[in-house]
Amino acid sequence: MNDQVIKPTEKPQQIAEHIVEIVSDSGEGAQKCGQTFAGICGKMGNGIWTVEIIPAEIQPPARTPAGGSGNRIRMGSKIMTNMGDEADLVVGFNEQVLYARIANGAYKEGTIVLLENKWASDPQEKIREEYTSAVAEFRKNGLIVHELPLEEECLKIVSNARKGKNMFVLGMLCRIYNRNAELGLNEIHNTFKHKGEKIVKPNQDLFNAGYQFAKENLEYFYDIPAYDGAEEVLKNVIITNGNTSLGLGVMAAGMEMISMYPITPATSASHYVADVFHDVGGFVHQAEDEIAAIGFAIGASYAGKTACTITSGPGMALKTEMIGLAVMAEIPLVIVDVQRGGPSTGLPTKVEQSDLLASLYGEPGDAPKIVLAAATIPECFEFVIMARKLAEEFRTPVILLTDANLATGVQPWIRPEIKEEWFSAPVDQSPWNKDIPAYDWDEKTGLSQRPIPGQPDGMYVLTGLSHTERSKVSYNSETNQITSEHRSRKIAALQSTLKPPIVHGVDSQEDEGDLLVVAWGSTIGAIEEAIDVLREQGNKIASLHLRFMSPLEPGLPEIFSRYKKVMTVEINYSDDLNASMITSENRRYAQLANVLRAQFAIDIDCWSVVYGHPLQPGMLIEELTKRLDAVNVN
Amino acid sequence: MFGIKADWSLEVFERYFTLDDYGAGGDVRWCSGCGDFSILNTVHRVLRDAQVPPEKSVAVSGIGCSSRMPHYMGTYGFHGLHGRALPIASGIKSRRPDLDVWVATGDGDCFSIGAGPWLHALHQNMDMVVLVFDNGIYGLTKKQTSPTTQQGTKTNTHPRGSILPPLNPLTITLGITNVSFVAQVVDWNPPLLYETIKAAHEHRGLSFVRVLQRCPVFSQEFTKPMQENPDKFVLLEHSEGINIDDNVKRLFSNVVEHDPSDWLGAMKYAKDEVNMPLGILFKDPDAIVYEDHSSVGLGMTNEEKVAGLNAAFDKFSI
Repeated sequence: MNDQVIKPTEKPQQIAEHIVEIVSDSGEGAQKCGQTFAGICGKMGNGIWTVEIIPAEIQPPARTPAGGSGNRIRMGSKIMTNMGDEADLVVGFNEQVLYARIANGAYKEGTIVLLENKWASDPQEKIREEYTSAVAEFRKNGLIVHELPLEEECLKIVSNARKGKNMFVLGMLCRIYNRNAELGLNEIHNTFKHKGEKIVKPNQDLFNAGYQFAKENLEYFYDIPAYDGAEEVLKNVIITNGNTSLGLGVMAAGMEMISMYPITPATSASHYVADVFHDVGGFVHQAEDEIAAIGFAIGASYAGKTACTITSGPGMALKTEMIGLAVMAEIPLVIVDVQRGGPSTGLPTKVEQSDLLASLYGEPGDAPKIVLAAATIPECFEFVIMARKLAEEFRTPVILLTDANLATGVQPWIRPEIKEEWFSAPVDQSPWNKDIPAYDWDEKTGLSQRPIPGQPDGMYVLTGLSHTERSKVSYNSETNQITSEHRSRKIAALQSTLKPPIVHGVDSQEDEGDLLVVAWGSTIGAIEEAIDVLREQGNKIASLHLRFMSPLEPGLPEIFSRYKKVMTVEINYSDDLNASMITSENRRYAQLANVLRAQFAIDIDCWSVVYGHPLQPGMLIEELTKRLDAVNVN
Repeated sequence: MFGIKADWSLEVFERYFTLDDYGAGGDVRWCSGCGDFSILNTVHRVLRDAQVPPEKSVAVSGIGCSSRMPHYMGTYGFHGLHGRALPIASGIKSRRPDLDVWVATGDGDCFSIGAGPWLHALHQNMDMVVLVFDNGIYGLTKKQTSPTTQQGTKTNTHPRGSILPPLNPLTITLGITNVSFVAQVVDWNPPLLYETIKAAHEHRGLSFVRVLQRCPVFSQEFTKPMQENPDKFVLLEHSEGINIDDNVKRLFSNVVEHDPSDWLGAMKYAKDEVNMPLGILFKDPDAIVYEDHSSVGLGMTNEEKVAGLNAAFDKFSI
């Protein structure tokens, strides 16, 4: 079968965690296999984090590095918060799709590769040669390659192995990780039951064959125990990706309208909602373009039905003028930006945190608004509810930043109990008090109540022009100064209600130390994991994760003052001080570092990269160790 | 207050609205002799005659001279962004079909910067009246060429005369699938303007009305030949069209029968740029009205929503 002798093992080896990848050509079912396997691991009480491996094209050519499609599953005996470092075990349906993963740094020396071997005897000489040379190259690079007759084994059960090989692999993985085979068989039953027994049966047979094959032919046999308290958690857990969480959040916030235009990686949130919105009385409007999408949402919001628009970087760029209008005319609105790599069309399917400054300062003219950043998949849900409330309370657009990593990452989280108080109040149609102007700004806070069309005596004309409290156009210099103050003051008013953020990794919130890492968004899992490892090694390091970008949470200067050095870690571009041409005078900082330096006049450093993939804890530990050394030398 | 019903019996209205209720009070700041005054007054009259409660009506506009209209209305108003009145108006209507929505836009605002929204609003066919104040020029920014500027007109952007023949908004509008109401009228014939806007308001769907409008400051040459020579127009008449008074009819030498359900006939009149049509070109009461779909689920109770949400969550349980 191959050149390595594999001995079946009787007793599973206990391990704390593993990262598995299943990669195939598009359409061979590796994604389904991965999702199902992750579900089984979740049900057995493992913490899981899965990432989709998505080709850029819909139907890429077969056997090409760019065409790889599948799943990465990180599972372990603790709650998983990020995709981790290099994979431990990989199943490849052909050798070519693994090249792109290798180029991404997904594998390491010692990664086990279970590879389909049918290509070794392919009728085409070119394919046989590609296969042979790839296997040799993988081995040379330290991968442990096992060439397995997956196709041959499947053909014993079905006539077309292309449909069904994924279930054979699922069976193999369930044996390798000592999973309960019943769970796998049930999943197959549930997946295919609508197609009838004649489909369920062969798939279950394939699963059983894969399980048996691994048992008889593979030495790998692991056991990953459930995390503490898993049994209790499992009673009330759901598994979603971040975009689905967003969609659930829109519905739970009581919003009745998503107005959107298709854009990767945001669209799947709207897809999800479009499917179920009907059941909670809402509607997804697909507009003719990004500008019309936000215009439509603004119209609905103005009429009393606070709406949501979901987009990504290039869409944000197009929406700029409308966001300015919503700020100027104080229209409540929720704008979700699922960030991808930029600028311009950039990296549509890959992650970056490059829209912070554009969200804060993107509009010509002074346009203060609320900007939030969700850090976790449950926060994608919770923050939409918060965003809608803040938008209405503070009569302003709220930008909620998430990113491609949250959008496609899948994680179990505790199912929330729906509260009616999350929903927006019914549209007020009672008579308005004529004596109260449309913008009855409170001197102290800048806040005001708004009349809704349909309310007798509330009639006013909303305008993006400078306007008085009665919403009359005014080019009076005093008016513009005062109304600018009011709009800005609302942001300060919100800040006065916030609490200081919690420092992670410390025993007490009065902790002092060498290095404080400040961050935001989806990097939380990787950063906190790295901090925990570094602290265990005895380093005086901690991290602070911000959720409010505008206004910033209070108490930051005081927290910063307790650390010798403060730096941000982000996935957006910044200059490396050691790079060519870069000096302390022209160095461009990462985006949050920019904001914090400008706000607090503190010398805050940064480390940021734009490789398009989520941060890996291992990479971070390496970098932060260097930074800690530098602090201690000085 | 009292109103008189057609059968002469006296009906007591709880509220009766006069023209003043539809105006904003205060000065209307268009130039002297501007055709916009006539359009504004006509809208006030149509609203008064329909007795639409002012708080139930919303006037939406973009940017330009035309788009000041909401400021002169006693209804709710939304003076939005250049070219973007229609998506905003559509959004208002989407979850508030109870509101009576009007859009004021111009030839630059609608046919140029707003060309995309224009086509898609026609396609969506939401119930609103869209009045295009077409004076064939950019007025507020002081005499630049617009899409409907006559070829050869000297403007500040084309001092040697505008290069292209004017765009024909009627054929474009008629060419959009699901379009449901297309009319053309002039601002200087109040009875015709009233009947046209009234018919537009009564129609359920997007009523597109191109109003050829006088700009005495920048584009006299656009409307003057039309005013001086009513024979340039073809007045469209039909029992399904508008009610045309004989006094009005006398002004026009070309009066023809045109059934507004006849799309091909409408296209023929629309295409005639020498003898331009006035009246209702096309009407389709059966076109799909988008808010019938976008307003789904209005009035759902919180209990129903909670149940729907719980069912949604159930799908992600393990």
